[in-house]
Amino acid sequence: MWNGVKVILYGFIVLFAAMAANFGRDIAYQFHAILIVAVAGYLFVRAIGQIGDKPAPKSTGYMDGVVRAGVIATVIWGLTGFSVGVWIAFELAYPGLNLGEWLAPYGNFGRLRPLHTSAVIFAFGGNALIATSFYVVQRTSAARLFGGNLAWFVFWGYQLFIVLAATGYVLGSTQSREYAEPEWYIDIWLTIVWVAYLVVFLGTIFKRKEPHIYVANWFYLAFIVTIAMLHLVNNLAVPVSFLGSKSVSLFSGVQDALTQWWYGHNAVGFFLTAGFLGMMYYFVPKQANRPVYSYKLSIIHFWALIFLYIWAGPHHLHYTALPDWAQTLGMVMSIILWMPSWGGMINGLMTLSGAWDKLRTDPVLRMMVVSIGFYGMSTFEGPMMAIKAVNSLSHYTDWTIGHVHSGALGWNGMITFGALYFLVPKLWNRETLYSLKLVSWHFWLATIGIVLYASAMWVTGIMEGLMWREVDAQGFLVNSFADTVSAKFPMYVVRGTGGLMYLTGACIMAYNLYKTAVGAGRAAYAAVPAE
Amino acid sequence: MGILDKHHIIEKNATLLLVLSLLVVSIGGLVEIVPLFYLENTIEDVDGMRPYSPLELAGRDIYVREGCYVCHSQMIRPLRDEVERYGHYSLAAESQYDHPFQWGSKRTGPDLARVGGRYSDEWHRDHLRRPQDVVPESIMPPYGFLEHVVIDGKYAEDFLRANRMVGVPYSDEMLENAKADFRAQADLDADWEGLLTRYPKAQTRNFDGQPELTEMDALIAYLQMLGTLVDFSTFEPVASR
Repeated sequence: MWNGVKVILYGFIVLFAAMAANFGRDIAYQFHAILIVAVAGYLFVRAIGQIGDKPAPKSTGYMDGVVRAGVIATVIWGLTGFSVGVWIAFELAYPGLNLGEWLAPYGNFGRLRPLHTSAVIFAFGGNALIATSFYVVQRTSAARLFGGNLAWFVFWGYQLFIVLAATGYVLGSTQSREYAEPEWYIDIWLTIVWVAYLVVFLGTIFKRKEPHIYVANWFYLAFIVTIAMLHLVNNLAVPVSFLGSKSVSLFSGVQDALTQWWYGHNAVGFFLTAGFLGMMYYFVPKQANRPVYSYKLSIIHFWALIFLYIWAGPHHLHYTALPDWAQTLGMVMSIILWMPSWGGMINGLMTLSGAWDKLRTDPVLRMMVVSIGFYGMSTFEGPMMAIKAVNSLSHYTDWTIGHVHSGALGWNGMITFGALYFLVPKLWNRETLYSLKLVSWHFWLATIGIVLYASAMWVTGIMEGLMWREVDAQGFLVNSFADTVSAKFPMYVVRGTGGLMYLTGACIMAYNLYKTAVGAGRAAYAAVPAE
Repeated sequence: MGILDKHHIIEKNATLLLVLSLLVVSIGGLVEIVPLFYLENTIEDVDGMRPYSPLELAGRDIYVREGCYVCHSQMIRPLRDEVERYGHYSLAAESQYDHPFQWGSKRTGPDLARVGGRYSDEWHRDHLRRPQDVVPESIMPPYGFLEHVVIDGKYAEDFLRANRMVGVPYSDEMLENAKADFRAQADLDADWEGLLTRYPKAQTRNFDGQPELTEMDALIAYLQMLGTLVDFSTFEPVASR
């Protein structure tokens, strides 16, 4: 019965998507429609094959298949996102790499940059968050994931979102809202997937066997709910036609700018901070084999962090046409935000009390600790850059890019690598990782890569900020804009090199994890009972 | 620490945790964003602002599509060097018809809020074809392909209508003439009178020097009007801002 419904449903989707592909007004829309035809067509054929099959027996163990898939997706998308990042970093040093004459316009920086940011934040980071949250919520609730195959829908639905978004950028479909570039129909699809994610996560918490909800799950839950709110409000738009990808945003100018940066800053605050703190609160205590340092600190910094982050958006709009009161409010709240951010850092670092010696022997733990260190550094740098006087120099410069990357590469990247090194042996039933030595190589390549990246961007950022404002004794500007561009060239090469080292480290990790998963003397996989 | 001892109530109730989290994260946005819609001094009334002409709007769409905002800001801050380099600081009103806004966040290239009229059409054409021919230090990608994409304004009316739905004051007359205005603005043989009454100060000429109407025409038409609508020789800022 259910399979019959599915067959009809997929059939209709194929039909409508085929019509959309035929009548579509722009190439991105048509391409996406064809993609939907292919996906729904595959599901259609599969559903026909399943008609009459008996329903699979109900599993009771932890649902780890979807976590394994998430781990693989995290690694693949990570390598993709880092590679595009390295490529566009070198485009800025050597503009010939835009390949405009041959590949126009698909290789241009303007189209590839959203591909890089979305691949890293949403594809790499998002898959890491979904996979780890599914793992953590099962372990800390002693319950199997709620909703059966709904978790698989979340996984594949999210991959489809990524593919639609990425191909859309390259084919010229964008809302031009930073970190929310996908157009209206992709936004609607993500909303559906995200609601399913919330249902799976919350449903698992509801059926937990532990009375207390573990602290990691507070952060995951706040992340899921807040991202839903931000996504819905920031993507309010009117499609020009239902047969094209173009839409116009509901708000304009000042209101639009603040809505976008309210979203943009909290994509950082909740996607890249709250979610990843959830990761930290499970994997660091596990790897160090020590309890979380302070229960009270985790309560205080959780509520303070989620309350304060939302206010910080206006610091992206200092000295703009945004009213002064909003700018000042945003600045003050951003500075206060420093405290709960460091609350999280202290709670993470101090979890190692009594286990500091493990840093010498365990490169995975070292990776986690360095990531918390980078978290602390960038959450100090952020409030500092939110001060209007500092921002008048740093805004519009490479300093912002450096700041983002010490957070993304240092904090998000390294804590994810740590979690992956923890998870893969567990998920594929191995005693240990294939090679700790390779983990050490990864650690050093990544760390030095970040240091090169961040310091190159400090140099270019502060340099160009100072060069732009330099006036001579008569009060004339000293430098033309082009002067500042050519002055940055050497540092752009250093930045690209740092990124290349980071990418190399990630390749080593991929190899190491692959070897771990398929390693010799493989034990048969046995589901762990939920208890 | 009495209050922290009560936290176990929240910790044992997922619904409560969910609802409280949502409440806590709603406050900041409500306090900061909502007033922008009703405080009168958020956007001052400025003479000269008008909706984009259909061709300018198409140019703006190309600007968005190619991700120009990734490297170019359109927001001049009231700082000495910026006013010196780029012109009068940007007013809120100057982006009031921008759905979405294009203020940008990064200046890998210079600010473009007042680039209109700074360079000739020929300069823009050469620069978009191969930026390094005009500015040797430039690291901008080439956009020569725009010259080869012929456009006809088939969907211009729909585009204007969508903008009207979100509050841009396009009149019925503007909608009716959208396609004609789209084609007329860069056509040397067209009668520009109607277009100019509907869109005062619109610049009318063949922007890319080719007989066909191309994306290059649209983009240059947009770039050449940026920041030119407000007459700053007569503009007086309101004291309350």
